[in-house]
Amino acid sequence: MMAYPAGLKYTKDHEWLELSGDQGKVGITDFAQAQLGDVVYLELPEVGTAVKAGETFGNIESVKAVSELYAPVSGTIVEVNAALKEKPEAINSDPHSSWMVVIKLSDPGELAQLLDVDHYADLVK
Amino acid sequence: MSNFDLDVFQSRHLGSPDAADTARMLEEVGASSLDALMDEAVPARIRLQAPLDLPNGMSEHAFLRDLRRIASTNQLFRSYIGLGYYECITPSVILRNVLENPGWYTPYTPYQAEIAQGRLEALLNYQTMVADLTGMQVSTASLLDEATAAGEAMTLLHRVQSKRVDAVAEPVQFFVANSCYPQTIDVLMARAEPLGIELVVGDMATFDFTDRVFGALVQSPDEAGLVHDLRPFIARANAAGVLVAVATDLLSLALLTPPGEMGADIVLGNSQRFGVPMGYGGPHAAFFATKEKHVRQVPGRIIGVSVDAHGHTAYRMSLQTREQHIRREKATSNICTAQALLANIAGLYAVYHGPKGIAAIAQRVHALTALLAQQLTALGLRQVNSQYFDTIRIEGADQAAVRRAAEAAQINFRYRADGGINIALDEAVDTSDVARIVDVFEVAIGRRAEAPTLLAFDTSYPPNLARSSAFLTHPVFDTHHSETEMMRYIRGLERKDIGLDTSMIPLGSCTMKLNAASEMLPITWPEFSKPHPFVPVDQMAGYQQIFRELEAALAAITGFAAVSLQPNSGAQGEFAGLMVIRAYHHDRGDLHRDVVLIPASAHGTNPASAVMAGMKVVVVASTKEGNIDVADLRVKAGQYRDHLSCLMVTYPSTHGVFEESIQDICAIVHEHGGQVYMDGANMNAQVGLTSPATIGADVCHLNLHKTFAIPHGGGGPGMGPIAVAAHLAPYLPGHSVVKTGGDKAIHALSAAPWSSASILLISYAYIRMLGADGMTNATRYAILNANYIKSRLEKHYPVLYARENGRVAHEMIFDLRPLKAASGIDETDVAKRLMDYGFHAPTVSFPVAGTLMIEPTESEARAELDRFCDAMIAIRAEYPGRDRRQSRSEGQRPQARAAHGGGGVGRRVASFVLPAPGGVSAAVRARTQVLADCRSHRQSVRRQKPDLRLPAHRGIRGDRTGVVPVADRAQCPASAARRVARLKAGPYAESKNALTEYRERRASTRAAMLRRHRRAILQRRSCVRCVQVLRQQQECSCIVATDRRSSARCSDCSSPLVHCTRSSRQRSPARPTRA
Repeated sequence: MMAYPAGLKYTKDHEWLELSGDQGKVGITDFAQAQLGDVVYLELPEVGTAVKAGETFGNIESVKAVSELYAPVSGTIVEVNAALKEKPEAINSDPHSSWMVVIKLSDPGELAQLLDVDHYADLVK
Repeated sequence: MSNFDLDVFQSRHLGSPDAADTARMLEEVGASSLDALMDEAVPARIRLQAPLDLPNGMSEHAFLRDLRRIASTNQLFRSYIGLGYYECITPSVILRNVLENPGWYTPYTPYQAEIAQGRLEALLNYQTMVADLTGMQVSTASLLDEATAAGEAMTLLHRVQSKRVDAVAEPVQFFVANSCYPQTIDVLMARAEPLGIELVVGDMATFDFTDRVFGALVQSPDEAGLVHDLRPFIARANAAGVLVAVATDLLSLALLTPPGEMGADIVLGNSQRFGVPMGYGGPHAAFFATKEKHVRQVPGRIIGVSVDAHGHTAYRMSLQTREQHIRREKATSNICTAQALLANIAGLYAVYHGPKGIAAIAQRVHALTALLAQQLTALGLRQVNSQYFDTIRIEGADQAAVRRAAEAAQINFRYRADGGINIALDEAVDTSDVARIVDVFEVAIGRRAEAPTLLAFDTSYPPNLARSSAFLTHPVFDTHHSETEMMRYIRGLERKDIGLDTSMIPLGSCTMKLNAASEMLPITWPEFSKPHPFVPVDQMAGYQQIFRELEAALAAITGFAAVSLQPNSGAQGEFAGLMVIRAYHHDRGDLHRDVVLIPASAHGTNPASAVMAGMKVVVVASTKEGNIDVADLRVKAGQYRDHLSCLMVTYPSTHGVFEESIQDICAIVHEHGGQVYMDGANMNAQVGLTSPATIGADVCHLNLHKTFAIPHGGGGPGMGPIAVAAHLAPYLPGHSVVKTGGDKAIHALSAAPWSSASILLISYAYIRMLGADGMTNATRYAILNANYIKSRLEKHYPVLYARENGRVAHEMIFDLRPLKAASGIDETDVAKRLMDYGFHAPTVSFPVAGTLMIEPTESEARAELDRFCDAMIAIRAEYPGRDRRQSRSEGQRPQARAAHGGGGVGRRVASFVLPAPGGVSAAVRARTQVLADCRSHRQSVRRQKPDLRLPAHRGIRGDRTGVVPVADRAQCPASAARRVARLKAGPYAESKNALTEYRERRASTRAAMLRRHRRAILQRRSCVRCVQVLRQQQECSCIVATDRRSSARCSDCSSPLVHCTRSSRQRSPARPTRA
């Protein structure tokens, strides 16, 4: 099992958030990719879309299942990783640097709801 | 069971009907009798109290004689009705080698690409043909029928236009041209209403697009035969932001500009006239082609070109991941079963004729139509289609008089409600047929005309509608035009696949039972294969009798009051059943009942169908034993008591268990005002023992292609009739052209009134030939066979779910997760490895991830079950706990190193399969020994005779599906070496292909030898070592060390040793030395 980077915030739905300033990159965790198996397709929103914490912002499809992607925080999509859409299998090989979207946070207070690395590692143990 | 007359079909349908086999299997499972086993597997409170109220079985001969009589009561008129169905010529080479060939009609859906390259290639041909002819970028591998395809087109456009749909507050609208086929409009009505789509039927020339409209369907050539230039309409629609689907005729597109070049987003229709008999309505493959940008929204399956582990071209289902089984209520469609067999026939028809041939056929049909139009016009009649392909519209004749004259001449036209007459010609028409049609009109109107000849034939359509683009340009469509070439092409494809003609197909939940030849024969009898679905019902007395009897039999089997034969697949049966329930609630004023409870373990089509029927899905939890959580059900039913529509439940469950509490479950749902829909996918474990009515359901569908012997056709056809209790009978589906269903019938769900009518004959034959006794025995043996496999394999692979007493129903789930945790070997590795042993893989990761689901069916003999179990045991023994992840990290997937799977065991072991009981170490040691022998033998043989061609180590790809069965000595190099030594002295010594010839000669006597040998061996109990030796000597996989209870050990190798008459009395000369 891959180690979970300490610098990231995590959700119970197995997304991670890498914060820099008032923006955060979002991806899924190693645990999530292992559950899904080989990822074959990624459906992401367009730049400018407003998202709400806990609500779905896209779909991820593997050979085994289609699963929703949940936004860890509320805000606006300011960037979408088009390269990852072309090569979604990177999520399997390197989940914690395969970011999908960048969200500009509208409510930094929500960050308190997210898990730190120790709590998340406990959750998926 | 010992009184079987050889002549009774039951003794042919069951795999091991004789008493000795049954007794041995019962001994293995530890049951005192078959009845006792049934008592243990099926809860007493749901057992039927009386046998099925149906006649007992009969012989195949007697049945076929009677069916001939029934067939003769169908009056075979020549039909020129059209509306999507045309007489055609099935090339004999395709009829014999595909439609009538178990190698093509018995395989399952090509989920396992390794053993399906043949039909995947054939389906790819079909897709290429459709995409070329329609001028589109992408085609699916077929849908159920044209009307269903239209429904799917509507929902696809609804999805891709979601932004437009969401922006409108009122119900959104879908425009349908009133010149579409009436049955298509009927089905669209059924599909649109539950999704909140308003269907607007109108004139395409004058329709005004508003913001509420998201899509449109138009047809060309239309129902009257008129060919439209669709460009203005599509331009108008697109300008208004509306996307357009076009229904069309595939053959006409050889001459006419394809809709894809006119800007259509979807093109659909029926490919029946490409060599598939009409069969009174089906089965035929509907085509569905679209633009690349919509590909991820497409319903059904798409075959794609990929590469295998070695970089060679290989085919696979590239969009199977989007199917319902993983998307559940998010699925884009509930389509699973399609029409693979018929799509393959249509694709092969194109391969056989090629682009020139198809164009010639189309030109001929068009020319004869023009000739007919000229002749009828010369009679003073009006032909009103300004531009047409193969269908003319005649006015100015007395319809009743024409009808009288036509029926006297045994001809059917389409008599329009407006007094006009449509005549649709086809490839089987020649000038004498045209003359006969003209005669009919001459008789009807009482005057004759000078017969004009086709002197100045010009196409009836303007040049801007003539096709200019090339089609069928791939070399495959220009290679196989002689019968020899075609026969070899078809056979070459067939050889790559595993069907029931090859070996057992242990797919759980799929019921791969025998599709008997006597059941299949009648579907190509002309009385059954030629009728058009819309001929007057009174011409089809034979078919109607069969429908009546089949409905009555299915009602007796399910315990219900009425049956609709219309649903064209299991998933469509689900949709039909839910729509009937919905109509029932609405009729009682319960408009708000729209919640459907679905257990977590349900098949993915259930939620998909529920969404299609406009219902909201609420999931009911499962207990850890895999049963429905009754407490949770009670809570949810209470919570939604005012909105509860129904429960969808599979019985026996998808986990292969007869749940004890099923009647309580049904009672809870009824208490809260809901209905119970039983998914009949596992009906084959119920027939004659219990019934949907007994467990408390109100409606169920029946997968005739599972329980009632319709073959799977490599991914369709199928049929999914529904049976309902009396209070739901009035709502059974109707039809706009031919009356069916109850007084308050819901709209049609299929294009044809009895959809794939001709394959109903198969189930009819199954029911009549087996009879009440035979069908009940089929169920009993299905359960016995499943429990036999469980007994043999549970020591090696844990079984996930069973009843408390350890009994499973007709199938079981083996849990591969512990093995994966210990060794890294997962369910896929085992599944792929089974292919090396010559088996089809079982169902993988359904309904539980990380598992294999196995269903033997009643049709497999004990010998085959043993062969399968031996293979499973040997595979388990091949993986003595090494970590496959290591090899993965080296960049070598196991498949890259061995035939398949083979992870951790090395290529050599993986390439030679030889099941050996007696545990891991013994098996591995024995195999090593054998291989060592082999190498030395080979070397010495090579030295002595350099020209002799030894069988190579097995390749990875290529012609691998001729895989030699397990334990065949041809796989064992040691035996090969020994055989070579023998051959050197024998008559084949000089032949370069000595081994090949030898093997062929042996193949014919092998079966007989095995039978003799097995009889001798079964009486003896042997230790595992002796078994090993015996195997090598006798090439037999059936020998097993039988007594598991004793603790005695072999003094040499400490394997279990019991009553071994052989080791004590006679030393085997070839006994292997210890490693």
